[in-house]
Amino acid sequence: MLSTALYVTLALVVMALLMNLYRLTIGPSLPDRVLALDTMYVNSIALIVLLGLWLNSKTYFESALLIAMLGFISTVAVCKYILRGDIIE
Amino acid sequence: MTLLWIALLPLLGVLVPALTAQRGRSFCSLATAVLPATALVMTLLNVPALLDGEQLRFSVTWMPELALDLAFRLDGLSLLFNLLILGIGLLIILYAHYYLAKDEPFGRFYAFLMLFMASMVGISMSDNLILLWLFWELTSLSSFLLIGYWSYRSDARKGARMALTVTGAGGLALLAGLLLLGDMAGSFNMGDVLASGDVILADPRYPLMLGLVLLGAFTKSAQFPFHFWLPHAMAAPTPVSAYLHSATMVKAGIFLMARLHPAIAGSELWSVVVSLVGIVTMLYGAWFALMKTDLKGILAFSTVSHLGLITVLLGIGSPMAILAALFHILNHATFKAALFMSAGIIDHETGTRELKQLGGLKKAMPVTALLTTLAAAAMAGVPLFNGFLSKEMFFTESLATPVLGGVSWLLPALATLGGILSVAYSLRLVHAVFFKPAREEPPKTPHEPPHLMRLPVEILVVLCVVVGLFPAFMATGLLELASEAVIGSPLDFHLAIWHGVNLPLIMSLLAFVVGIALYWRHGNVRRFTQQFAGIDARRVFERILISIGYRSEQLIAALEGNSLQRYVGWLWLAALVMGGIGLVQITDLTGAAGNQPLDGILILGAVMLMFGGVATAATHRYRLISLLMLSVVGLFVALTFARFSAPDLALTQLSVEVVTMILLMLALFFLPQKTPRESSPLRNVRDMLLAGTLGLVIASLNYAVMTRDTLSISSFFVENSKPGGGGYNVVNVILVDFRGFDTLGEITVLAIAGLAIFKLLNRLRLFMPHSDGEGRVWSPDRYPAVLTSISMTLLPLALLVSAFIFLRGHNQPGGGFIAGLITAVALILLYMARGVAWAQERLDFPFQPVAVIGVAVATLTGLGSWLFGHPFLTSAFGYFSLPLIGTFELATALLFDLGVYLAVVGATLMILANLGKVTTAHRPVTETSGKDTDAAAATSSAKEPR
Repeated sequence: MLSTALYVTLALVVMALLMNLYRLTIGPSLPDRVLALDTMYVNSIALIVLLGLWLNSKTYFESALLIAMLGFISTVAVCKYILRGDIIE
Repeated sequence: MTLLWIALLPLLGVLVPALTAQRGRSFCSLATAVLPATALVMTLLNVPALLDGEQLRFSVTWMPELALDLAFRLDGLSLLFNLLILGIGLLIILYAHYYLAKDEPFGRFYAFLMLFMASMVGISMSDNLILLWLFWELTSLSSFLLIGYWSYRSDARKGARMALTVTGAGGLALLAGLLLLGDMAGSFNMGDVLASGDVILADPRYPLMLGLVLLGAFTKSAQFPFHFWLPHAMAAPTPVSAYLHSATMVKAGIFLMARLHPAIAGSELWSVVVSLVGIVTMLYGAWFALMKTDLKGILAFSTVSHLGLITVLLGIGSPMAILAALFHILNHATFKAALFMSAGIIDHETGTRELKQLGGLKKAMPVTALLTTLAAAAMAGVPLFNGFLSKEMFFTESLATPVLGGVSWLLPALATLGGILSVAYSLRLVHAVFFKPAREEPPKTPHEPPHLMRLPVEILVVLCVVVGLFPAFMATGLLELASEAVIGSPLDFHLAIWHGVNLPLIMSLLAFVVGIALYWRHGNVRRFTQQFAGIDARRVFERILISIGYRSEQLIAALEGNSLQRYVGWLWLAALVMGGIGLVQITDLTGAAGNQPLDGILILGAVMLMFGGVATAATHRYRLISLLMLSVVGLFVALTFARFSAPDLALTQLSVEVVTMILLMLALFFLPQKTPRESSPLRNVRDMLLAGTLGLVIASLNYAVMTRDTLSISSFFVENSKPGGGGYNVVNVILVDFRGFDTLGEITVLAIAGLAIFKLLNRLRLFMPHSDGEGRVWSPDRYPAVLTSISMTLLPLALLVSAFIFLRGHNQPGGGFIAGLITAVALILLYMARGVAWAQERLDFPFQPVAVIGVAVATLTGLGSWLFGHPFLTSAFGYFSLPLIGTFELATALLFDLGVYLAVVGATLMILANLGKVTTAHRPVTETSGKDTDAAAATSSAKEPR
């Protein structure tokens, strides 16, 4: 049961990633792309956790934690860049 | 053990003048003299042992990998040279005490002089070829400092540079020669080398080796055609000339030839080359000594001439010739040092060294006149002086040698010619200075120097006379020892003044008669030579140097196009060719191990990774979008690391990714937002082809390697990680333990890079554009509230995670590097959210010490293992238990990791925060049109203090 759910979820997450990539490529506006990248980071968290479940290993957890904690900072930096140009002022 | 001290004492003596210079010149001179005097006494104390036939050796292994031992010997040859170096050195110290002007930095002079003395003693006593070469180089360097002592004078600087260039180049040749020699003999130990003369002579590389060693010797001893530096080195203060250019430095080449005589002489090549070079040098030097009008110039060229004489004798190489060479080394050192010092006294008291302005000084300086006359008589080879004895021996040997085969009669003829010139210039030196009436007035009224300044000259002249009168009593013992050291067996000889009327005596007589006549008709000779245009060696030398420099620049310009694309292109092309060659050589791309299982996620991940890479390149003209695409690549690389069980790498990649983004965006702000279309379609195609092919080759290589079972070193680390390093996390144990030294190097580089960026950005203030690339003005909201509050909440969390990652790093994924990056990113977020001013108020310390302290902690941890007698960076660990916490492990590696952590935090923040500061003060307050902003930029940057 779990493995079936796992496969379905994995497939969905990978599809989501593909869509993120599509949006990132197409745009059309810069905020679209930034959001796409950010969502990509969020989906990666899911992917890593799912991988951990699938391969039955705990070592993946920290990577997920790190993306969750730091991943948004790149987004913040890009946003700040778009808004103000200078990200550290 | 005393041997080591004899060599070390002068070296320690370098410190004495530096420490005592404050106490006045008298104290300093005395203190400086103590150590070389002690070394001289110690040398003399060893003489009885030497006479008993003891082999005095001292040897400590220094760097066995380089065949370098700290090995000294004291044999007859070393004894002779030690006596000259230390004895005359002491006299020079006394002389310099009076010679240097009151306001000149005498401490520095003495320090250089001691350094030179130490290196000469080192050459004379080295029992190892490499060690000998080290001291040889040290003489070149210290003589450079001494010659250029009056560094405010252009001729001193140029003369010093020329001497260094010539002797330094010779030193390089000598190194090559000695390496060859050691290789041929199979040992770099002097005793072994000297004993294997037969092997060396039979070796096919012998001519090459001989050429290189002789280059070294000839450049040092100013042999033709490398003699030109010596007259220009006369820009040195006279004590230096008296020391370096009479007794010591120029004798180093002679010494080398004598020292290596048993090993490398004994071939026809040696005899012909060395004696021919010697005789040419002798005549050339003697001729120009006669032509020069500068007192020191005359002495310089006469030195060249006498060095040539000694070289001829070494080239002849018969036992008696060697004896004559050694005897003349001794004699020349005494009379030439005396003459140089007299010249210095004359210069000192009259203010000039030009013969034109000198004359009739015998009235004003009767004692100096007497001393100089006696020394010059020794130089001319007048009977009853020491110079006469060795010159007679030289004539005898020139008659006896068959070196030049059928034209062997040439040698005595040329030797007589040299004798004639020698008599003429010696006579001229004395007569023109002391007896002939002066044509012009000297700048100062001449008078006798202080008595103690004359004392060294007196001692040396007395030596000249006493050796000349009682040669058998004075010199036999020393020469017996020295000649035995060079020839290898005791030599039976008798030094005597009178050998009866024989051919050498007739040659001497001839030399005197013709020499006096030559001086008498000297004016005619000068007029004759004035028809020829003179060549200024220095001008030629400088011109050659300039042209070499110019050619090098051209070569560099041809190789360096300053085009990054071209460099990368060549690099890639090389990689392509090498990789291609490797690939062609394997028969089957897929190895025995076969493919690994593949699943849908892997395929899609790979596709997205590739897409990200291609998209980064495709969108490169839109820099921000390209950066976003690059970020996709980074993310997927991290995911790949995670998928293939490399959590440490994944963590590192993720945190590095964030820092990179911030860094690039900070930089991007000052760059044009869009890259103009620069490349032609042809170039695009070329670049795509190159990059594409290289990509395929690298991919194939990776595939080939990964489908094979290769022997890897990783099993060693996996097996030894726990027992050897005390940690389960192999990656971290490798970083902090197995390859801790590498890590130390890396964090040092990181800290230095951080400091360099800090210095480069220091005071740099760039003006920022007032709108983005599409002309939109910036949002007025500087610190969005959402970001501000999130950053505050995140900080403690991030620090906690960072501490967690740091502490568990030794056994589970993590470690100082990742923890440091997490801390740095969390702090940088604070900077982004609240601004530099706010953050600096709260983080009230500079980051550069943090990075430096990090490196220091890591280094000290490494050094700590020395305290326990272990090699650098040996780690130790143990298990401890505390109530509530339980058993835990403590390892010194943790301390090392702390250093890594601090270095990373310090360096990262130093770079990012300082880059962020670049614009801070200059954001335009009101929005204006572009033109006004530019004007404002100009004024504000002008106001910025530099």
